[in-house]
Amino acid sequence: MKRRVAVTGIGVVSAVGLNFPAFWESISHGETGIRPMTLVPPGSLRFPNAAEALGFRTEDHFDEKEAGFVDRFTQLAAVAAREALAGYKPNPDTSAIVTGTSAGGQTTEDENFHNLYAKRERVSPLTIPRVMGDAAASRISLETGITGPVYTVSTACSSSNHAIGQAYWMVRNGVVDAALAGGSEAPFSLGFLKSWEAMRVVSPDTCRPFSKDRRGLILGEGGAMLLLEPLDAAVARGAKIWGEIAGFGMSSDAFHLTQPSSEGAARAIRAALADAGIQPEAVGYINAHGTGTTANDATECQAIREVFGGHADDLPVSSTKSMHGHALGAAGALEAAAVLGALAHGILPPTANFTTPDPACNLDVIPNQPRQEQVEWALSNSFAFGGLNAVLVFRARL
Amino acid sequence: MCENQPREDAVRRVIEVIARTQKLPLETVTLDKTFEDLKIDSLDGINILFALESEFKIDIPDEPARQMRSVHDAAEGVKKLLGLVPTEQ
Repeated sequence: MKRRVAVTGIGVVSAVGLNFPAFWESISHGETGIRPMTLVPPGSLRFPNAAEALGFRTEDHFDEKEAGFVDRFTQLAAVAAREALAGYKPNPDTSAIVTGTSAGGQTTEDENFHNLYAKRERVSPLTIPRVMGDAAASRISLETGITGPVYTVSTACSSSNHAIGQAYWMVRNGVVDAALAGGSEAPFSLGFLKSWEAMRVVSPDTCRPFSKDRRGLILGEGGAMLLLEPLDAAVARGAKIWGEIAGFGMSSDAFHLTQPSSEGAARAIRAALADAGIQPEAVGYINAHGTGTTANDATECQAIREVFGGHADDLPVSSTKSMHGHALGAAGALEAAAVLGALAHGILPPTANFTTPDPACNLDVIPNQPRQEQVEWALSNSFAFGGLNAVLVFRARL
Repeated sequence: MCENQPREDAVRRVIEVIARTQKLPLETVTLDKTFEDLKIDSLDGINILFALESEFKIDIPDEPARQMRSVHDAAEGVKKLLGLVPTEQ
């Protein structure tokens, strides 16, 4: 029998807030965390702005010795996991941890390789354990004592949605009785940013999803983790229930390494709706992938039209990346937090920085101002480079 | 003739860069071809821009980059950035 799955804890570290309440406060007011970059030398890139988790300090969360073992991406995930648990200790033997990341500990790699190539210095023996993609999941396992299924998913910008979706299925199917799921990303090394610059998809000013004058994405860092439990168990222990995860769908475009396909995206959306057992007309809000690139936004809107038909005209869609930036492997987790905030508070977050409608994105994109609207069902889209798509369905606790 | 030489050299080098990065026979890359004709997609295009920047030691900003949809566009764009043609008023 399939169990209903509740989200009973949310932890966030992001450019718009260093915990979930602060994050929601910003997102629900349309406040953006896109600012001039501080983590790399100014003037070294074509794009000067990013969404950094300003104010996040390692020493506030890790003692000096521990700090040496954890790359920033692990720190962001571990701190988010602590907030999601809020002191609750799920049964370690029957709980899971699934994290997502695109680039793992690449800042550590960048620093150590720079030391080797440019300074002829030695490479730290902690490079490998800090860089490895599963370091965040491992760290959370060490901190919580959770000994069940613990692993990491890396599907570029869909990583967190794939992670949350698989954790959701494990809880739903009785494989585990609790799961911490989400993702983290720390993309701000000069080498990684230069690689993004060469891709020519980063905006020279800000992120304006669905606007005609959009010029690309803005990179963001962050971590977000959700605590998932069977709904019945959550009710029984009197846990705060933010909402439910109610469906998960995946697809691959099998089309192109970087160009998106509306057909592949539409298949993932349809799969998620089928998994949730709902009709398209039931959906009241979509948190879009909405990167702010020319190609993504037009293709995503086309996919939404393909799936929702006439209902697309009445379906609010926003991209919160306009506020917290594109945090790559953490994007889906941050957006899950945004959706759960929306369902719990009856407020749909806007698409910030919106200027001019684009006929290729002719949906209700909630421009600039949040909207008081309680919906029951919501989707969160993630469509990755590589053509790998993952869509989550959320349900309000009404 | 001589004053055209730098322009002709630039065009030849643009064609060579496109052929080299796309693994195309040099004779197939001609000024009348669009990128679509040569099956050059967006990711290939980014690679070509990167190689042109290295070849000519120039920075190709995003706006002129977006205009480059053919071999002719690429050659004209590079010539402009090299100051080999008068910029438009």
